Amino acid sequence: MTTADSISERKSDSSDFFHKPPSGRTQRFIEKGAEIIFLLCALISIAAVVIICVYIFAGGIPAIAEIGLFDFLGGQRWKPYNEPAEYGIFPMILGSLYVTGGAVAVGVPVGLLTAIFMARFCPAPLYKILKPMINLLAGIPSIVYGLFGMIVIVPIVRTLAGGDGNCIFTAALLLGMMILPTIIGLSETAIRSVPESYYEGAVALGATHERAVATVVFPAAKSGILAGVILGIGRAVGETMAVIMVAGNQARMPKGLFAGVRTLTANIVTEMGDAGGLHYDALVATAVVLFGFILLLNLCFSVLTNKKPKEGKSK
Amino acid sequence: MPENKISVSGLDLYYSEFHALKNVNIDIAPNEITAFIGPSGCGKSTLLKSLNRMNDLVEGCRITGTVTLDGVDIYKDMEITYLRKNVGMVFQKPNPFPMSIYDNIAYGPRTHGIRRKSDLDDIVEESLKKASIWNEVSDRLKRSALGLSGGQQQRLCIARALAVKPEVILMDEPTSALDPISTMKIEELCCEIKDSYTIVIVTHNMQQATRISDKTAFFLHGEIVEFDETEKLFSTPSDKRTEDYITGRFG
Amino acid sequence: MTMTGFRFDMKTYKKHPLSFLFMLLAWLAAALTAAVFIAVVGYVLIKGIPQLKPSLFAWNYTTDNVSMMPAIITTIEMVGISLLIAAPLGICCSVYLTEYAKRGNKIVKAVRLTAETLQGIPSIVYGLFGMLCFVTSLKWGYSLLAGCFTVSIMILPLIMRSTEEALKSVPDSYREGSYGLGAGKLRTVFKIVIPSAGNGILAGIILAIGRIIGETAALMYTAGTVAQLPENVFMSGRTLSIHMYQLSREGLHTDDAAATAVILLITVFALNGLAEYIAKKLDKNKL
Repeated sequence: MTTADSISERKSDSSDFFHKPPSGRTQRFIEKGAEIIFLLCALISIAAVVIICVYIFAGGIPAIAEIGLFDFLGGQRWKPYNEPAEYGIFPMILGSLYVTGGAVAVGVPVGLLTAIFMARFCPAPLYKILKPMINLLAGIPSIVYGLFGMIVIVPIVRTLAGGDGNCIFTAALLLGMMILPTIIGLSETAIRSVPESYYEGAVALGATHERAVATVVFPAAKSGILAGVILGIGRAVGETMAVIMVAGNQARMPKGLFAGVRTLTANIVTEMGDAGGLHYDALVATAVVLFGFILLLNLCFSVLTNKKPKEGKSK
Repeated sequence: MPENKISVSGLDLYYSEFHALKNVNIDIAPNEITAFIGPSGCGKSTLLKSLNRMNDLVEGCRITGTVTLDGVDIYKDMEITYLRKNVGMVFQKPNPFPMSIYDNIAYGPRTHGIRRKSDLDDIVEESLKKASIWNEVSDRLKRSALGLSGGQQQRLCIARALAVKPEVILMDEPTSALDPISTMKIEELCCEIKDSYTIVIVTHNMQQATRISDKTAFFLHGEIVEFDETEKLFSTPSDKRTEDYITGRFG
Repeated sequence: MTMTGFRFDMKTYKKHPLSFLFMLLAWLAAALTAAVFIAVVGYVLIKGIPQLKPSLFAWNYTTDNVSMMPAIITTIEMVGISLLIAAPLGICCSVYLTEYAKRGNKIVKAVRLTAETLQGIPSIVYGLFGMLCFVTSLKWGYSLLAGCFTVSIMILPLIMRSTEEALKSVPDSYREGSYGLGAGKLRTVFKIVIPSAGNGILAGIILAIGRIIGETAALMYTAGTVAQLPENVFMSGRTLSIHMYQLSREGLHTDDAAATAVILLITVFALNGLAEYIAKKLDKNKL
């Protein structure tokens, strides 16, 4: 320290602008403090997940214990206003599965083919129109999708299939539309990141453009595509507002494609406002089940996306 | 006052497992241009960077031995920002910050606590003049530095380094990304300012070394093979490997 | 970038009917996607634009005139406060991840994993959490503040990710240049790295604004659904999306809901466009 100071003194004769350098200790103290603040901010996201888990699980698990795990998950009757009340969410689990399954059946084929189109078929001028469209599709609030479903799809389904139009089919169709941009976005990126040499290799062997894309490029992108599909499924399972506007929301076992249905998410929203006591806790417990589904999907997603960089490193 | 501006003794440097510099000893005299030459990966840039501790930014980098500036150990007894203020650096690729020309030059002085507008104006003008780019940019100081040509950007970076009034300037292949005319301008610039600064330049252009440097060090595989007056090193090298390299037999 | 290798050639397709079919399906799927967009946007606009009346923008909400003005103001307040909370946290977090953390750091892995998890959590779960934590535990009641905190956590991963990408795209040579002049880490981060990444960070924040504006499920049971303008942050208020949901639910005001949807759509699209524009400017600025 002393030697450095002596230098700076000598230095200050020749340079009239520069004062003594800031004392090393002060500066080090500030730098260290800043690093700690940044670190604390970084820990916020961990803290958030922990706190969310604590609140949801602490609220829901006692209720599950009181109702009984089997009666809760497997019970086919949700009658919170009965005496004695019954809290079986099996109908809602099925509802979520059916609606999500339907959404996958609608959204995945269209989404994947669109992604292939965007990456491999789309003429440049058309791309400039389609790409922003798909981005905007992702930005449309779910409540607007819900309104569209309510005033457009529901009446059409009502006319074609009878019933009141609020049903599994409508919800699945609407959700299928909503997950399109997620699936297209991730899959297109995955398809584009396949090395061009794969494609060239296939074409050089005499494959048509379509054959090369379908049999070489597409399979090579499969982990990225799967990740996109999983993210889409996550969005469908978790979607709330659009679903409650078109699904009917009857808390009973699903009775067919064109009958009303209630999903886990809808169960929470529709009754949260005026629930109390065990009923309230049972709704939180519904969120626990929903959260479980989502965590499972997240796990699949991160396994799939984290696999890729490892492959890259090994070379 | 010590005779040598910078003195390196027994320096070993490792990048994780890789032994990049092996027992390097070199003394750099004040107000001279010292050139480091050698094939790629021989450690010349690495040594340059350890003279103002830029290697600290590299993860897994370990250093043993001593480097002194005016007799003070820069790794033990000197504040790192103070060291870097006194030992400036010009990089291989021009790296002006994405801000105005004025702010680029003023960034360093501001870092070291100069706030007065008039002082900053003086420093900016003086530095740009020293780097002989003032005439080209004096009417557009507020414009983005990214709009300048590559050669102008590099001279701007030199001006930026001069603005903190360093005593030593390290140049890491400063002309490798530039055209011949810009290269010439920068070489002239080096010769003009060497009376007031100590310059260390890494280059893999041997003509450049002969044109501008007073002393030259030849590096191979992390060692200094030969260090001598430039004229002597290129005319009568004492080591066979130096001769092979300067006559173009490898590298 | 696009159209790699694709050429319409009937002769080849005659020989390879499956290829022809595949090509047709791809075009068809893209057409369907475009149709979805046109149908949703077109229908909402056609249905909603004629319903836009000046009275819908009156300062006060009454049961006769379901003005959206209080909801618009509440939305702006909500966006402002939430960004005030989430943006500094998100940016500082990314700064830690990109500038401070060493490679292979355990904390980095944990932060990434949790950020991914946060991004996957459905908004209704956020809503429920907000209700349990802010509304009930902290006794804030249905309030603007509870809503703000809830959506802040929700947009945190969004801001983190876009900021991180923006910071990563800042060339290391800027950092070296700054250190080489004797600047410390803090100064380098605030004066060089963050300003250089400014556009990317901004684009991410704008997208986050869009997300807040479109959010419904997370706010219903945190910010509540009171139609009047809240007087302070501890009072309940409805954002535009909730306003729209309430209108569509009551059945009497579907037309007004459509009008609200138009405003929502236009805002969200404008924000998306803005984010895209800023991000593009960023690409051009790059060396």
